[in-house]
Amino acid sequence: MLRIRRFEEQCIQLAESKQFSGHYHVYIGQEATAVSVCNALGPEDFVFSTWRNHGHLLARGAAPDRMMAEIFGKATGYAGGKSGTLHMAVGELGVPATSALVGGNLPLATGAALACKRRGSGVSVCFHGDAALEEGAFYEAMILAAVWKVPALFVCENNSIPPAQRKRGQFTSSTLPAAQLADVPQSLQIRTEIVDGADADQLAESFERLVGEVRRGGGPRFVEVRCTRWPGSFPLWPELPDGPWQIAWAFDGKPDRADLALWLEQSDPLTLYVRKLVSAGAVTRSQLAAMDARAKEEMAGAARYAIESPFPTPDQAYRHVWAEQ
Amino acid sequence: MKITFAEGIARAIHESLAADPRVVLIGGGIMGLNTGARALLEPVLRDFASRIMVTPISELGLAGAGVGAALAGDRPLVDLSTGSFVFQAFAQVVNEAANIHYMTGGQTSVPVTFYSLAGRRGGGAAQHSHATQAMLGQVPGLQVLTPGGAEDAYGLLKWALLESRNPSVFLSHPLLLGETAEWTAHDAFLPVGKARIRREGRGVSLIASSIMVPRALAAAETLQREHGVSAEVVDLRTIIPLDRDTVLQSVARTGRAVIADECHHSYGVAAEIAATLAEKGFASLKAPVRRVTMPDVPIPFSAPLEAEITVTAEKIVAGALAAVRAA
Repeated sequence: MLRIRRFEEQCIQLAESKQFSGHYHVYIGQEATAVSVCNALGPEDFVFSTWRNHGHLLARGAAPDRMMAEIFGKATGYAGGKSGTLHMAVGELGVPATSALVGGNLPLATGAALACKRRGSGVSVCFHGDAALEEGAFYEAMILAAVWKVPALFVCENNSIPPAQRKRGQFTSSTLPAAQLADVPQSLQIRTEIVDGADADQLAESFERLVGEVRRGGGPRFVEVRCTRWPGSFPLWPELPDGPWQIAWAFDGKPDRADLALWLEQSDPLTLYVRKLVSAGAVTRSQLAAMDARAKEEMAGAARYAIESPFPTPDQAYRHVWAEQ
Repeated sequence: MKITFAEGIARAIHESLAADPRVVLIGGGIMGLNTGARALLEPVLRDFASRIMVTPISELGLAGAGVGAALAGDRPLVDLSTGSFVFQAFAQVVNEAANIHYMTGGQTSVPVTFYSLAGRRGGGAAQHSHATQAMLGQVPGLQVLTPGGAEDAYGLLKWALLESRNPSVFLSHPLLLGETAEWTAHDAFLPVGKARIRREGRGVSLIASSIMVPRALAAAETLQREHGVSAEVVDLRTIIPLDRDTVLQSVARTGRAVIADECHHSYGVAAEIAATLAEKGFASLKAPVRRVTMPDVPIPFSAPLEAEITVTAEKIVAGALAAVRAA
């Protein structure tokens, strides 16, 4: 979680100083979901992500330096600069294709789950956002997953609405006329669950169990993870309110911005988990500080690697249109 | 031994399923409304029932599931039914399947085959008659297979299912299913990407693909018999890859080119061939290139209206005579 947080902060700082171009999306505030899901997976499993993929890839074991190089469009990136941040994939880690189309990866994940079922091993995980339920692809993928009973786990990271704007008893996408997202797949006989995206321990327990159920042939599952959007993700371009996250914010310190302070207190899985670990005696604050220093140094190194790497040569534009026969 | 186009398809599917356990059918209609041709699939249904997925009418989902299964190691054939329905699936065919190998910098390949029964079938009207090859030809990363004969229906489909490492759209045609050709064993098969000279001639090149191939052959017969014109028929076989060299070599021999194409006139396959001739074959041309194509109107239902705009052998003959008499 901490590594993902520091990677994303590095991205924002690099974008603000115009070190790379193009729009991008960060995963701050949702880290516990990626980590919990990927911890429950094995090497034969597949993960399908979206334009908000950095956290999923890091949790799956991707190297921050090659990711950052890809975000910069450099030759040393995972796709040699062809995907950028939006479609980043790492085939060798079971992340074969990442779709930047809303709902685009649900049919892909369903098909990979079909392949898993046919060969008798592996599960297919599809991370998507709440807006995917506004696309037709969502329904077609759910129908196929239910009819074929494939080992697919749909992880809907609902980061749509902050607590202040929630209506009583509701936590839905801003433009979906369903009381709850989970109602929709349920109507197609897909078993669903709702978990709190701020509670790392609950997420870990839930996904360990759910991945196991899917793996044992229990059919597809849909999980709505209720995340609360980080205040830095409300602007069109992400920004760091009050600078990078501080360990002190989990204990005695407070940021200046009230919305950030409220979010940290109620909704940030990292802040809440760090506090829990320290109060349980699982880790000391000085150990935490040492971990954080390592994470910061690792991500600073990733940034240096990306900055120093060469751009691809122009002839690379013509490569990889076709897989060689 | 002669086989029909439909027999070629049924044989390719059966042999591919038998040869490679990774082959899976996502849908198994294949032959459209042709009950005779559907009966040819009985052996497939009998021998491989467990490898034919039950499919709701969800073209977008089915296409995407085919892509997903392919990148996870399977070799799916996705039946997208009537050609016009590829539009329901376009986001997955065009924006996922075709892009994935490139976007991943070559990390992932997508050996999926989309089967599409495309083209004017008679009475299909505006929403069931599209010839989609030119639209699909605008998508780098997608192979567009347009067989015009039974041996190529068999060979190209089997190649797509067993050998290709890239996504393909196999454009079948409802009016080709009964066409016959001499069967060619797969290992003696003309390589993919090579056009086939279906008939040799000296006076004009008739360039065709898919349903235009038998019509161009009929036109060539008429031209010889009634007008003493020797026509060469070039069957493109595939739109992507496109064998420009064989087209240019044929026109270098004949000096005249008539392109028959079931796409609409503007921006069609014929337009691409004409542009190729203008760019690289200009010195060979003794007369302007002629395109014989569907006018730029939606396909009407009423039989005389549909006949008015259909590309027939007679229209190809007229185009060829105009080219021959132009100089």
